[in-house]
Amino acid sequence: MATASATQRRAAELNVLARKQRSLWQDAAYRLFRNKAAVAGLIVIAAAFLVAIFADISVGDFHFSIAPYSPTLIPQPPASQMEPLWTGSKYTDPRYLLGTDFLGRDILSRLIYASRISMVVGFVPTAIVFALGVTVGLVAGFFGGWIDQLLMRFTDVIYAFPDFLFLIIIVASFRTSAFGKIMDGLLLIFVAIAIVGWVGVARLTRGQVLSLKEREFVEAARSVGATPVRLMWKHLLPNALAPLIVTAAFAVPGAILGEATLSFLGVGIIPPTASWGGMINEGFPLFGTNPWAVLMPALCISIVMLAFTFVGDGLRDALDPRMKT
Amino acid sequence: MADLLEVTDLHTQFFTRDGVVRAVDGVTFRVAAGETLGIVGESGCGKSVTALSLMRLIPQPPGKIVKGSIMFDGQDILKMDDDDVRGIRGNNIAMIFQDPMTSLNPVLTISRQISEALELHLKMDKSEARKRTIELLELVNIPSAKKRVDDYPHQFSGGMRQRVMIAMALSCNPKLILADEPTTALDVTIQAQILDLLKNLAREFRTAFILITHDLGVVAGMTQRINVMYAGRIVEKADTGELFANPKMPYTWGLLRSIPRLDESRRAKLVPIEGLPPDLIAPPPGCKFEPRCQYRRDICSEKEPELKHIPNSKPDHEARCWGTQDGGWLVNTDWRHEIGDTRVLEAIKQETASITATDTPGE
Amino acid sequence: MLKYTIRRLLLVIPTLFFVALITFGLAKAAPGSPFDRNPDKPPKQEVIDRWNRFYGLDKPVYEQFAMYVVNVAKLDFGLSVVRQRPVVEIIGQGFPVTAQLGLQALLLALAVALPLGVISALKQNTIIDYVSLFFATIGTTIPSFVMAIFFIYFFALGLKLFPITGWGTPQHMVMPTIILAMGAAAFLARITRASMLEAIRQDYVRTARSKGLREQVVVVSHVLKNALIPVATVVGPAAAGLITGSFIIETFFSVPGMGREYVRSILALDYPVIMGTTLLYAFFIIIANLSVDLVYGMLDPRIKVAK
Repeated sequence: MATASATQRRAAELNVLARKQRSLWQDAAYRLFRNKAAVAGLIVIAAAFLVAIFADISVGDFHFSIAPYSPTLIPQPPASQMEPLWTGSKYTDPRYLLGTDFLGRDILSRLIYASRISMVVGFVPTAIVFALGVTVGLVAGFFGGWIDQLLMRFTDVIYAFPDFLFLIIIVASFRTSAFGKIMDGLLLIFVAIAIVGWVGVARLTRGQVLSLKEREFVEAARSVGATPVRLMWKHLLPNALAPLIVTAAFAVPGAILGEATLSFLGVGIIPPTASWGGMINEGFPLFGTNPWAVLMPALCISIVMLAFTFVGDGLRDALDPRMKT
Repeated sequence: MADLLEVTDLHTQFFTRDGVVRAVDGVTFRVAAGETLGIVGESGCGKSVTALSLMRLIPQPPGKIVKGSIMFDGQDILKMDDDDVRGIRGNNIAMIFQDPMTSLNPVLTISRQISEALELHLKMDKSEARKRTIELLELVNIPSAKKRVDDYPHQFSGGMRQRVMIAMALSCNPKLILADEPTTALDVTIQAQILDLLKNLAREFRTAFILITHDLGVVAGMTQRINVMYAGRIVEKADTGELFANPKMPYTWGLLRSIPRLDESRRAKLVPIEGLPPDLIAPPPGCKFEPRCQYRRDICSEKEPELKHIPNSKPDHEARCWGTQDGGWLVNTDWRHEIGDTRVLEAIKQETASITATDTPGE
Repeated sequence: MLKYTIRRLLLVIPTLFFVALITFGLAKAAPGSPFDRNPDKPPKQEVIDRWNRFYGLDKPVYEQFAMYVVNVAKLDFGLSVVRQRPVVEIIGQGFPVTAQLGLQALLLALAVALPLGVISALKQNTIIDYVSLFFATIGTTIPSFVMAIFFIYFFALGLKLFPITGWGTPQHMVMPTIILAMGAAAFLARITRASMLEAIRQDYVRTARSKGLREQVVVVSHVLKNALIPVATVVGPAAAGLITGSFIIETFFSVPGMGREYVRSILALDYPVIMGTTLLYAFFIIIANLSVDLVYGMLDPRIKVAK
C-alpha cells in the first residue's frame, strides 16, 4: 500500500504542468521578444533615439554633438550638391561623408538633427492623442446617453475627412500665424496631428468599453460600491489596453509619416530646420544631379517606419495570439 | 463473416513545438455491419481523433497517423492513395460533426451542400440530386422540405441544422456513420429527438454507427457495445448492458458514480473523479489513470496493464486494470460500496488544488 | 434593408454640412488673405477691397456661409480666388485624370493582391508566403513618395525606361499607377490572406473534406466564397482611399489631376477650391463607407436573408 507522501510526490511529478504559470503581460513580453523582426525593430528605434539624443546636448556652456557639422550653417568654402564619398564621382568633397545639399550643408549632420524632429513628432502627438482620445472614449462608452451620441456624430464628421488632407488644411491655414511659427512649425504639426488623430482612438476605446461594460466583473465591482472613476480606471481600462497599445504602436509611425509628408509638400517644418521630409522636398528638384540628397532621407524614413511596423506587428501578435495573420 | 471495420493498433500523433502529443496511443476495435458502437470518454481522451483518423481527416502537419491499420470492407484505409480515400468519404463512411452551427457553410444553401456528395459519388445530375435532397430532408423530419431546401443554414434552428447534417451523412447510403458528439451542442429535449432519429435510421438502413460522446446517458439507449477511452487508449470494452451492470475498471466506476441520480437524496454530494487527465506529451509510465485512482497499488505506477478479458464477466468484456484482472485485488470488489482508499483520495485532491491555483491575469 | 440604406444616405447631407462648416471655419480663422500672397508686391487696399466685394468676403461670416450652402445646393461652388475660374470647372478638369489613375491603380492592386493573398494563405509559412508578406509589409509601411523616389531612381534614372513627370501617354501612366497601386495592393493582400486563413480553419471546411471533395473544390467552392466577402467590402474604402490619396503621387509626378490642384490650392489658400474639393472627397469617403455595409448585405446570406 503506497504511503500518502510518496503518492503525493509522484502525482505531483506527473500531473504538474510542464511550464510555470505566467501572468498575461509576462506571456505577451515573452512572445514579443521571441519575434525576431520585432526585436530588430526595437533595436533600430533605440538606435534612432540615441542618435536623436546625442545629436545635440547643450547644458549651459557644455555642448556635445555627434554630428560633424551644424545642420544650418554652411561651412566655408561652400561646396553644394556634393555626392557621398563612396560613389567615387568627381563631385565629392572629403569633408562630407554623405555629401551636401543644394546649399552646401552637410547631409549627414542634417540627417542626424532631423532624427530629433521625427522622434519627437512620433511620440508627443501620439501621447496627446491617447490621453485625449482614451479619456473621451472611456467617458462616452461608460456613461452612454447624449455624451455618447454627441461623440459619435462628431466622429462621423471627422471620419468623412480624408485625414491627410485635413492635416494639410489645418497646417497650411495656420503656418503663417504666430502660433504656426513656434518651434519652426513643430507645435502646429503636433496640434494638427492631435486634432485629426484623437477621434479614432476615442472610438476604439468606446467600442472596447461598450463590450466590457456588460461583463460580470464590472457588475461585481459595482456591487461592492466602486465609483465610476474607479471602475473606469482600474477595471475597464486595463482590460481594454491591448488593442490600444497596438494602435499606439502604429500611431507613432503614422505621425512621423504625417510630418514627413507635410514637410515634403512644403507645409511642414519651416526651413532651415532639418527634417527628413523637408530634405526630400529641397533635394527633389535636383534629383537628376544628386539623387543621394533625396535617397538618404528617404532611406532614413523607410528604416524607421519599417522598424515601428515590425514592433507594432510583434505587439499585436504578442498581445492576442488569436489575431495571428 | 468479417467485420465491416477492423482497427488494429492505431497510433495518431501530433507534432508540436512542445513535444509529440500521443492523441491515439494504440487503439484496437471492430465494428460489425449494422452495429452501433459507442466510444465514451472525457474531453481530450482521443475519441474524436480516432474518428477523424478513420477517415484520414487528420490535418497533416501537425498530425500524423504513425502506425496501425484500418480495415474497412476488406481494404486498409491507411494504405490507400488519396483519390480512393476521397472516394470513400461521404460515400461509404460519413461523419456527423458536433456543432451544426459551424459545421455547415454559411454562404451555401443546404440544397447545394447536400447535393454535392450526391453529384460527386452517385454521379447524379442536378435535378436528380435535388429530388433526392428533398427526400432526404423529409426523411429526417424537416417540415416543408420542398420550400426550405434552398434556405441557408442560419435560417434553421440548432436541432434542424443537425438534422440537415444527418441528411448529408445519409445521402450516399454509407455503410458506416461516425457521429462525433451529435447532440452535445443541442438542448436536452432536442437531443432526445435527434437520438431517436438516429436509432430509427440505423435500424431502417442497417447502417453501422460509431457514436462518440462523453455522455453515458446517450450511449445507454443507443449502442450495442461500448469502448471506454482514456488518455488515448481503450481502457474497457463491453456490451452495453454488461458495462452498466458490471463495470470492471475504476475509471468507469468513477464515470458511473459521477452521474447524478433522480432517486438520490438531495443532500448527497456529487462525486467527481478528482484530478486532471494526464499530459499526452509525457504521459505517466504505468497505468495512465493511476494518478487519479483511489484503488491504486505500486504495480499500477510501474507497469501499464494490458487490455484483457477479466474474470466474473461476460466473454467479450475486457478491461485495462491490474486490480480487476486475474489475481487482482479488485476482482471481487463491489464498486458501488467500496470507494477505495480515502487517504489516497485526499492526497489527489490536495495535489490538484495546488496545481490549479493561478494568479489572476492582468492585475 | 432598403430603409436602412435610405436612412444612411440621408445622413450624408448633415455630415457634409458639418464638413463644409469646419472647412469654412478654418478658412476664416486662418490668418492672411488670399490676396496678399506676394509679399514683395502687396496690392493696394482699394484693390483688396474690390476683390473682397467681388467675392462677397466683406459680408458677415454667417451670411457668407449661408450663401455658400445655398450655392452648393445649386452645385455652384464659387470661383477660384487665384484663377477666377469656376471651381466646378477646375475640379471637372482634374477629376477624370484622378479617376483614371485611381481606377487603374485599383484594378492593378486587385489583380495582384487577390491571387497573392489566396496563394499566400494556402501555402502558409512557405517561401511564397514569406516573400509576399515581406512585400506587403514594405508596401504598407513605406510612404508612397519614398517608394516613388526609389522607383524613379531605379527605373527612370537608372534604366531610363519611363518619363518622370507628366501625363498623357501610356508610358507616363506606368509609374504613377504602379506606385499608387502598391499601397492598396499591400493592404488588400494582407486582408485577403488573413481572411483566407481564417476561413480555412472553419469547421465547415472539415465537413466539406469529409464528404470526399477534392481539395481544389473545397478551396474554390467553400473557402473562397467566405473569405472574399470581407475583402469585397473593403474595396469601396480602398477605392476612396486611392482617389483621395492620389495627391502625393500627382504632386510628385506632376500628373494634372484633382489632387495636384488641391495641394496647389491649399498652398495658395484658395478657399473656394479647397472647400469644393474637400466636399467632393468627403462625399466619396462617406459613400465608400456606406458601401461596406451594402456589399456585406448583398454578399453575405446571413444578412441578405435575415430570419
